[in-house]
Amino acid sequence: MIAFKMPSLGADMEAGTLVEWRKSVGDQISHGDIIADVETQKGLIEIEVFDDGIIERFMVEEGAKVPVGTVLAMIRPVDEKPQKLEVSEAPEEIKKKSVEQAHQTNAKRLKITPLAKRMATDNKIDYGKLKGTGPEGEIVKKDVEKAIEELAVSGTSPKVSPIEKQPIPSSTSQINVPSQKSIRAAVAAAMTKSKREIPHYYLEKKIDMSKSLDWLRKTNEDRPIQKRLLSAVLFIKAVASSIEEVPEINGVWEDELVIKNEINIGFVLSLRGGGIIVPAIKNADLKSIDEIMEWLNEIIPRARAFKLRSSDLSEATITLTSIGEGGADKVFGIIYPPQIAIIGLGNVIDEAIVENGMVGIRPVLHATLAGDHRATDGLVGSRFLDALNKNLQNPEEL
Amino acid sequence: MKRNPSRKKSSSGEEERALLSKMMLIRKFEEKAAEQYTKEKIRGFLHLYIGEEAVAVGVIQALSEEDNILCTYREHGHALMRGLNPGVIMAEMYGKVEGCSKGRGGSMHLFDVDKHFFGGSAIVGGHLAMAVGLALASKKQKKNNVTCCFFGEGAAAEGEFHEAMNLAALWKVPVLFVCENNLYAMGTALKYTHAMQDLEKKGAAYGIPSVAVDGMDIIAVKKAAEEAINYIKESGMPYFLVCNTYRFRAHSMFDAELYRDKKEVEEWKKKDPIINYHQVLKRKRLITKVQYDQIEAQIKEEIDKAVSFAEKGSWEAVEDLGKFVYSE
Amino acid sequence: MADENTHKITYREALKQAHWEALRDDDRIFLMGEDVGRYGGAFAVSKGLLKEFGPERVMDVPLSESGFVGAGIGSAMAGMKPIVEIMTVNFSLLAMDQIINNAATLLHMSGGQVNVPLVIRIGCGIGRQLAAQHSHSWEPFFAHVPGLIVLSVGTHEDARGMLAASLKSPDPVVMLEYTFMLNREGEIPADPFTVDISKAKVRREGRDISLITYGNGVYKCLEAAERLFELGIEVEVLDLRVLRPLDEESILSTVSKTHRAIVVEDAWKSVGIASEVLARISEKAFFELDAPLYRLCGAEVPIPYPKHLEDASVPQSEDIIVAIKKILGHDSV
Repeated sequence: MIAFKMPSLGADMEAGTLVEWRKSVGDQISHGDIIADVETQKGLIEIEVFDDGIIERFMVEEGAKVPVGTVLAMIRPVDEKPQKLEVSEAPEEIKKKSVEQAHQTNAKRLKITPLAKRMATDNKIDYGKLKGTGPEGEIVKKDVEKAIEELAVSGTSPKVSPIEKQPIPSSTSQINVPSQKSIRAAVAAAMTKSKREIPHYYLEKKIDMSKSLDWLRKTNEDRPIQKRLLSAVLFIKAVASSIEEVPEINGVWEDELVIKNEINIGFVLSLRGGGIIVPAIKNADLKSIDEIMEWLNEIIPRARAFKLRSSDLSEATITLTSIGEGGADKVFGIIYPPQIAIIGLGNVIDEAIVENGMVGIRPVLHATLAGDHRATDGLVGSRFLDALNKNLQNPEEL
Repeated sequence: MKRNPSRKKSSSGEEERALLSKMMLIRKFEEKAAEQYTKEKIRGFLHLYIGEEAVAVGVIQALSEEDNILCTYREHGHALMRGLNPGVIMAEMYGKVEGCSKGRGGSMHLFDVDKHFFGGSAIVGGHLAMAVGLALASKKQKKNNVTCCFFGEGAAAEGEFHEAMNLAALWKVPVLFVCENNLYAMGTALKYTHAMQDLEKKGAAYGIPSVAVDGMDIIAVKKAAEEAINYIKESGMPYFLVCNTYRFRAHSMFDAELYRDKKEVEEWKKKDPIINYHQVLKRKRLITKVQYDQIEAQIKEEIDKAVSFAEKGSWEAVEDLGKFVYSE
Repeated sequence: MADENTHKITYREALKQAHWEALRDDDRIFLMGEDVGRYGGAFAVSKGLLKEFGPERVMDVPLSESGFVGAGIGSAMAGMKPIVEIMTVNFSLLAMDQIINNAATLLHMSGGQVNVPLVIRIGCGIGRQLAAQHSHSWEPFFAHVPGLIVLSVGTHEDARGMLAASLKSPDPVVMLEYTFMLNREGEIPADPFTVDISKAKVRREGRDISLITYGNGVYKCLEAAERLFELGIEVEVLDLRVLRPLDEESILSTVSKTHRAIVVEDAWKSVGIASEVLARISEKAFFELDAPLYRLCGAEVPIPYPKHLEDASVPQSEDIIVAIKKILGHDSV
């Protein structure tokens, strides 16, 4: 059986309207016969067949507009019994060049020529402290050369301090660019391993958020928009402080519990296209509220653009997942191996709370903890949630 | 003057059957091309020559292998007649690297320099000046070959037509201008585009011998072309041959033919060069049913082979995109 | 500059000698163009050549730019080596169909079969009060087209040596010559020399800033450099001379040396050679830059007739000096 399809009469023809069948079912047709009239954007065109046979049946009624390639009729070659449809061939795919997104930069408003900036970076000169002598006050090559000279002479200079931390990544090997697909695979592998190997226990505590939210509101009143704190910042800080009080919860399982001194909190970010990515805020206990806010502001867009460095993704000692506004009321996490605990914070909702024998409506956070029973027991987890509660009742002390 | 001594005239009708067979090959090849187009195997523009076969066959049979040929974008027939392999032409139309232009040209740009086939050109009129240049080179190099340039009546309205005619006559170079007048420049009729519709009169203005002939009649075209070539070879001067013909198919595949009456097409189909010439041969007892069927079978086999060759062809690597911009 | 290794010659004479030598050395070469023979060339470049080589080698043609450029292409396809002269760049637009749709394209659409070894010479440039239909700097039109080799004859050395190099090219060459320079004298090497038409050339070395230019811009930049030298500013002048394909290496190399660049051209500013050169510097030498990039180009008007307006429509040496001082923050602005 031959499938007679809506022909393509030009690259700009996408569809045609079958105006009239010029043949009937059962008609004998041969190569070159006009079988139908088809209306296109260029007008009415007679459609010919390229096969000999008998029209078995029509697949499209007169008046129907169908895309190119749609089967219009079935034609049975004269000497053939009805069998099966010809499978239409898949069109060749055209390769499209992917365009890489431009890097985001958050350089300061400072005039420095590209050459001078490069030289300063190469020589670890903090160019923010240099005075520019270019025609428009910009820092030019000469200024950086002078700074390098001074540095060489004095070791240090009042005007210049070498950059000690955070060298700008210069090699692409540090940039990890996972794809949506690979993220899905990574999540699947880690979660499967976790559920297979880690005996989880789960704890939950309701936390009255009135004080925390009040504090947040007041703090934000005095802040410009871009400096306003998100509740996530408070959560991260509170978790960090609580870990300081219950350090057994912060560690990894390597056939035995290894408690970590550094508190690196993995913070779960969901990706728009699905999947999660978990960058870690390092030494969260040593960072101020503002530093944590800065970190969030910087990491979220980078994570969503798949521009995380591998160092952003490793070294977490515990994980925090916060559902955020409008989400589920509680969340019970699955531990990210080899860590031994994950803290889950639900959506803050108004709930009736009994306090001093009175029922009151309060904003409530359901905080959960999933712990690795090989490493800790419920008592440790419980102490941790108590500490978290206490810390969120005293936000000003964080 | 014999153009091709190997092809002797014989009462057996061999030569006549060869002419018929060439026209049939072009027709069948193009019908297959149309089919492959609707299946999206061939893309871009596909301009069919169906109805006009007598012109390419009649003129090109009069040329020697050293004579240069330049054509329009409706040039599958000319390429076949020049002896390009049908598979290589089909592969070109598929865009495969095995095509005669490595797939870079497509249907409108078939080239084979070894066969002195300088392409289908898709800028109407632009190749006339190039033809004059090729003929000028022949003259300077003291070669005895002719440059034959096919173009439509649409080109005769271009300035380049007049510049080329003038230069050819002025420089006295051996070029045969063949106007394939199929009455429509795309969709606009001759009467709407030319003040003087007897196109052969335009050659006379440049002092170029100019003749009009029935382009649907293979024998008339053949005779006129042979006379033209003889004149050019003897004089070294240009010649203008107008072949009045008709395309049975639309301008290109995607054309609703709003500009002409179906009756007009049917009238012209009565002059089908293939059917009529077949009748002539039958009447003259120069072809039998068996011979005709043999020709058809042979052509079918050849075309099936061409399609299979094109199907099996390969795509050029995208990394080679920058090739053929400059010589390597 | 003058010493025993060089000799003085006008730009016109340099071009003429190049033609004479080409016609003498290769029978396949012939010159065709409007008034190249009996008239002696619209700008007297080919004066005397008809008498010496005859009408078959020095062909006068009718006013059919598309026709004779097309004929040049055809004869090049058949193994000849034509030099086609187009009187002024404005007239070349009448032949643009042939130059782009055929000369630049045939090799590609024939899958590498059809070479077009053709040299098209075009008179162009601004500065002789010839108004809007006889003087323009349209190098960018040609430089936009893959398949062409586009040369700008900005020096006497190139006027003498570029034609021979172009005639060796298997691909079509467009040579843009500057009518304003015809009577100017310059120094060229006394001994026979060859020109590399794949490379730009540093016409003057310097370390403070690079002037990247071509055509009429070359001598203006050299004049400016000379005057700035007296102020202690050392300017490097790079003559692009090959506008397609651009010699990117030389561009990046001079910028990496001086860390500052100005592109000077007579062509209209928008979408010009300067735009292209600066884009490439930004893409590939951004971290070499110690100052913003700058363009000095033609004003965006058809070329006016009055001398003072014509002068104002293209960058002059004085404009170049002012721009450099500004970029360098030089006191004596």
